[in-house]
Amino acid sequence: MSRTDDRTTTLPPTRLVALLAAAPIVFLAVCYVWPVVTLVGEVVSGSTIADTLERGGVWRVLWFTTWQAVVSTLATVVAGLAPAWLLVRWNFPGRRLLAAVVVVPFLLPTVVVGAAFTSLLPDALIGTATAVVIAHVYFNISVVVRLVGALWEQLPPDLTAAARTLGASPWQAARSVTLPLLRPAIASAAMVTFLFTFTSYGVVAILGGPANATLEVEIARRATGLGDIGGAAVLSLLQLGVLALGLALGSVVQRRASTRWAVSPATRQRPTTTVQRFGVGALATATAAVTLAPIVALAVSSLRTGRGWSLAGWRALWGGTSDARPGSGVAVDVWGALGASLRFAMLATAVSVLVGGLATLAIGAARRHGRLLDVGLMLPLATSAVTIGFGMLITFDTAPFDWRNEPWLVPLGHALVAVPFVVRAALPVLRARPTGWLDAAATLGASPTRAWWEIDVGLLRRPLAVGAAFAAAISLGEFGATTLLSRTGQETLPTAIARLLGRAGDIPRAEASALAVVLAVACTLLLLVASGGRDARRA
Amino acid sequence: MIPRARPRRTTAVALAATVALTATVAACGGDDGPVTLRLVTYDSFPTEGTSLNDALAAFSAETGIGIELAIAGDAGTMVSKAVLTAGNPEGDVMWGVDNTLLSRALTADVFEPYASRELASLDPELTALVPGNEVTPVDSGEVCLNYDIGWFVERDIEPPTTFDDLVDPAYRDLLVVQNPASSSPGLAFLLATVAEFGPDGWQGYWTALRDNGVEVVDSWTTAYDERFSGSGGGDRPLVVSYATSPPAEVIYADPPRDDASTATIVDTCFQQVEFAGVLRGTEHVDEARQLVDFLAGPEFQAEIALNLFVYPARTDVDLPEEFVRFSGEVTDPRTLPPDEIAAGQQGWIDEWTEIVLR
Repeated sequence: MSRTDDRTTTLPPTRLVALLAAAPIVFLAVCYVWPVVTLVGEVVSGSTIADTLERGGVWRVLWFTTWQAVVSTLATVVAGLAPAWLLVRWNFPGRRLLAAVVVVPFLLPTVVVGAAFTSLLPDALIGTATAVVIAHVYFNISVVVRLVGALWEQLPPDLTAAARTLGASPWQAARSVTLPLLRPAIASAAMVTFLFTFTSYGVVAILGGPANATLEVEIARRATGLGDIGGAAVLSLLQLGVLALGLALGSVVQRRASTRWAVSPATRQRPTTTVQRFGVGALATATAAVTLAPIVALAVSSLRTGRGWSLAGWRALWGGTSDARPGSGVAVDVWGALGASLRFAMLATAVSVLVGGLATLAIGAARRHGRLLDVGLMLPLATSAVTIGFGMLITFDTAPFDWRNEPWLVPLGHALVAVPFVVRAALPVLRARPTGWLDAAATLGASPTRAWWEIDVGLLRRPLAVGAAFAAAISLGEFGATTLLSRTGQETLPTAIARLLGRAGDIPRAEASALAVVLAVACTLLLLVASGGRDARRA
Repeated sequence: MIPRARPRRTTAVALAATVALTATVAACGGDDGPVTLRLVTYDSFPTEGTSLNDALAAFSAETGIGIELAIAGDAGTMVSKAVLTAGNPEGDVMWGVDNTLLSRALTADVFEPYASRELASLDPELTALVPGNEVTPVDSGEVCLNYDIGWFVERDIEPPTTFDDLVDPAYRDLLVVQNPASSSPGLAFLLATVAEFGPDGWQGYWTALRDNGVEVVDSWTTAYDERFSGSGGGDRPLVVSYATSPPAEVIYADPPRDDASTATIVDTCFQQVEFAGVLRGTEHVDEARQLVDFLAGPEFQAEIALNLFVYPARTDVDLPEEFVRFSGEVTDPRTLPPDEIAAGQQGWIDEWTEIVLR
């Protein structure tokens, strides 16, 4: 397994690279850099910095934020490898369904699943850092499963088989062959998980107890609760600084770790021996059980009201206000909300796949400068939602750029968060491609551009589908800055859930859970359809 | 994709620009066409399908002024955004800035003062809060302790009735409150104790509450739905919520019931008043004023109680029966002037955090 870095011969021309990079750079500059710089320029001054950093709490919060993120990331990566292996290497009934279900926790609104999660944890854990770490593993495990899976699928199984033939135990083969080859994807997944858990808001607010705050929670409290937007922006810069440092390190590690091999189409084996059947069955059942437990808890709570089992929540959802007083404001237009969510998701997915795909190709072809774009595109994940959302609010506020109430601003914000997932899924696959392939194509008479188009672009199809699934999930679950943009028109599923949760009474409570179940089912179906289309294309 | 203001020479571009401009002017109503107002409000405001929305539609039908709701987040987020965009607002009229946030908005000069034609019909105690008429009071509500009636009956314990009762060891480990740094009822309850015990007395009270086992959670939803025994699966029979929560429990009960399962402790309430106002910088001042009048008018005010679970600001509107029967009579809600709240709030929250959470 020789490491080859001599890519000088058959790279696509520089002009092409610049062309590819243009769209992602413009996207990043307009939707991220401009708003953030505008906000910071407007609200941060020397005295706000001094005032904010002098508060005793800040360093304690930074410390908690950092250590819980490190522990959560390590735990998530370790926990995610087994289900990733299961879904990549084994073929069993229900595999595709399980692959879709695994992503669902990631996209359900934390306020809803957080409540379901609370009901499943032992009381002693509620409000502790342990609860936060467990919830982070639960919510982010699909990041590891999917991102590592995207590379693992392309890893030829005969490599491990060869190692076994040479006398390695399964454990030795995994440790000395598979894991090193997967390292770039694992680093990718760890980076994203670290960013997500470092900037975690909902999980920490609900499960961490009021004494355990992350920087993101503190930023939101300052900006929206206290109206101290300057202080919030200072904390946001502190967070960004710490994370940018981490990202730069991670990017170096990931690039160094890339090893090239002959990419192969996915091959899955059916379990044949009793041991295999038992192992695969047990692992699949455990994965499904853990993933589904909070969702089942949600379904149960949608069917329970004050004095026992009842369909009142579901009836209210579909029949308007049949049981409650007419006109009392618990009506939800389920199909309308679903439609609005799907429209947002489609636009967000299209933008992120386009921008993320182009960015991956540009990063792959640009060598050294590519790393800058790579890190740059990750920055929105490292920046607090308040900073981006409020930044957009005061940046896009004058004609002809008064976009504050444009319906496409929200999906654009979702794309900002989703693009890094597309890049993280695709880049390791591209980097694993042996350079020899381009040379071979050149030998056969293809121009560098032609060779690059046929080989690299073709390779990206599968990882881009994984990225697209995440983009759709992120948009459906309404992550990040967009919750701070004002919205007009039709409410989406997550906003309808939040509105119902703000009401006292049996019916709105059950109705909110019912609507969350609708969201979970809709997402599972969507991911299933997406993965079905993917497999069909390959056949 | 990046928009540039640099002019191009081609006629095609000029033509396209003209068409786009015409379309934009047409869409926005221009000077003569029908006006659509954007009503900025908080996220618990229903966007469609309720009698509140029907009332807004009736206003549009009558006046020809369209209304588009812009949901800006929770009330705190909404006001932070209004402060950032003061003078170049996101919409024309704002609904729902309350007395704990008002001062922040007034300091930033968010509103265009307007003395509504309906002022005389509104509760004078509420209109007195804004002598400059920057905004118009449209509803009020109380944040109060709620208790689980059944829990106290079963154990044959008298429920507490005053702030001081709560530090009595007889009520140890029974109360759940929200963090005032992240929750609006949590803040209101802290303010109630400031009003009750004074700016130098509330700290001692909260120290005693902490020692008596008060539980703090981040949001109203967690406190009320998860930890309170009177609604969800929690084990705490005392919670900070609203005076209208007991009627809501009756209205939304399943199966239906005609007695309340929870009740309000009327001597622990803080009054929250909500206001509506014309946002400074709107291009449609006249229409925006018309809308404010309508929001304070009898037709719209009659729909407020059942849709937003607060009391209308008008004195001539009938309340739903459940409100009269189950929310308890709050005769003496605690309150603080908006400017005192603005001046003290941040320091109180920091101090509270040190006392209760550290």
